[in-house]
Amino acid sequence: MSEAMIRVRDVHKSYVRGRQQVEVLHGLTLDIPNGDFVALMGPSGSGKTTLLNLVGGLDRPTSGQIEVAGVRIDQLGSGQLARWRARNVGFVFQFYNLMPVLTAERNVELPLLLTGLSAAQRRKSVAVALEVVGLTDRARHKPKELSGGQEQRVAIARALVSDPTVLICDEPTGDLDRRTADEILGLLQVLNREHGKTIVMVTHDPKAAEFARRTLHLEKGQLLEQAA
Amino acid sequence: MLKQTIAMTALGLRSVPERWGPSLVIIVGLAGVVAVFTALLAMAEGFRSTLESAGRADVALVLRGGSSAELNSGLSRDQGEIIKQAPGVLTGPDGRPLASAEMIVIAELFKTGEQTGSNITVRGVEPAAFALRPQLRIVEGRGFQPGLRELIVGKGITGQFQGVAIGETLRMRGSDWTVVGSFQSGDAYESELWTDVEVAQTTFNRRGYSSVRLALDGAAGLQTVTDGLAADPRVNVDVETEQQYYSGQTRQFRATIGILAGVVTAIMALGATFAALNTMYAAVGARTREIATLRALGFGGTPVVLSVMIESLLLALAGGVVGAVLAFVLFNNMAVSTLGSNFTQVVFRFAVTPELVQRGLVIALAIGMVGGLLPAVRAARLPVTAALRAA
Repeated sequence: MSEAMIRVRDVHKSYVRGRQQVEVLHGLTLDIPNGDFVALMGPSGSGKTTLLNLVGGLDRPTSGQIEVAGVRIDQLGSGQLARWRARNVGFVFQFYNLMPVLTAERNVELPLLLTGLSAAQRRKSVAVALEVVGLTDRARHKPKELSGGQEQRVAIARALVSDPTVLICDEPTGDLDRRTADEILGLLQVLNREHGKTIVMVTHDPKAAEFARRTLHLEKGQLLEQAA
Repeated sequence: MLKQTIAMTALGLRSVPERWGPSLVIIVGLAGVVAVFTALLAMAEGFRSTLESAGRADVALVLRGGSSAELNSGLSRDQGEIIKQAPGVLTGPDGRPLASAEMIVIAELFKTGEQTGSNITVRGVEPAAFALRPQLRIVEGRGFQPGLRELIVGKGITGQFQGVAIGETLRMRGSDWTVVGSFQSGDAYESELWTDVEVAQTTFNRRGYSSVRLALDGAAGLQTVTDGLAADPRVNVDVETEQQYYSGQTRQFRATIGILAGVVTAIMALGATFAALNTMYAAVGARTREIATLRALGFGGTPVVLSVMIESLLLALAGGVVGAVLAFVLFNNMAVSTLGSNFTQVVFRFAVTPELVQRGLVIALAIGMVGGLLPAVRAARLPVTAALRAA
């Protein structure tokens, strides 16, 4: 692992709930090196998903700095942030978030529609991504014709296809049984170890966290410790 | 951006079958608006074209001064002759002025299957009446013979009234008439019964005429006739072309229908706009997670707005087309009759013209646009982080 891919400096994030201002993150500072695989754990409300959304560029901090691959994303406007996400981030969600009307390959192709690639180039990239997740034979199937594990593999292929800098995984195995969950986590591990992808994953599941290189514990908006 | 918009629109449209219920609301609502709007104006259009096509620009209609319609006009036999001799009138093949002094009376006829009578115009005409209306032809039977109580019946009446089939005897105002033919003219005359003016005068005990029609000699003919008759102290008449006369007769009706169509359409359009809003909010609601996911992947806000708008416009267009087709199938060419300005029935046909259809579709698209805009903006402003976890 080399220098920090993700730099979080004194980040505060607060929301307005009703009439109250609730601060979720209290001056959080964190470095995640290139090629790391980090599990974020903590009780509900500890701010782990908030941190994940900030690092993934889905949200902006109230104050503080966030730098990903040398870009200060806390300073980007929403349009710039959307374009930045398209190029740099692959998302994997707990409930897969596939488009039900599209086949697996069309789902995987979606992020490539934001690039200048030709249809032929897109087809090629989609085929590679589906091969990486082991679903070449399911390319023409729609989500409802796939199992939960297969759906999550399609979602991972979609996250990978544009070769992003960072993979952001929000409870990627939260909806899966143990065995399937382990397969998915194994896949993420391969992507990290063999393809060098930097992965940040939120999870409730200590077993899932074991697949990461390290686990960060959050509580009440602050980092508790760093477990190796 | 184009690629994004196409992809998002395609996604939205492909999921329409899963949202048939709400999507149908927009289609049915707009079909109703467009059908009603088109039908109302088709009625006005049909009435207008029926009456206006009856009028020719090269035929003058002479009425007693101050009369607004043929029914309340009256000219004596002498005045009739004077008018026919006016300068500016074409001469017929027989060397006499090409003119027809005519008399109308109202008779009560019964619609098929109805007990209450309707007023029908009976028109007594001179032989030149047919030359003055070249569009009129006998389509069944024969013409009436001068001097006999014979009638020919307009096509608009034959289908709708009792006792007007060829060979039947029709009793009107205490006298019996034989129906000998039917005629077609494609205009308001089709709602009349025609006979010889002399016979009509003696039978109905009238001495004069209601109006005189004159074939005008050239473009200046109308002015010449008007000036000539104005200078003659024996007559006090109004002269206008037939076309002007009939156009004037329909103005009031067209204005009324226009306002009616406007008010009804506005009320229905308001309802349809809310229906469209409801549909598109539902569509955006059903697709919350999908839209948030695409936004997370990097799709922009503008393609979201455009895709929701396009979906709304396409649904509205579908509704508009359904409405226009309904109006066309149900109403185009439908024959109806109404009381014309002579207090007699005018039979006319609804005319669903391309222009009316176009106006209907424009209204549908406008409603689709308004109905889609707010939901589209809401879709684009969805808080991505919360919406990603929406059920």
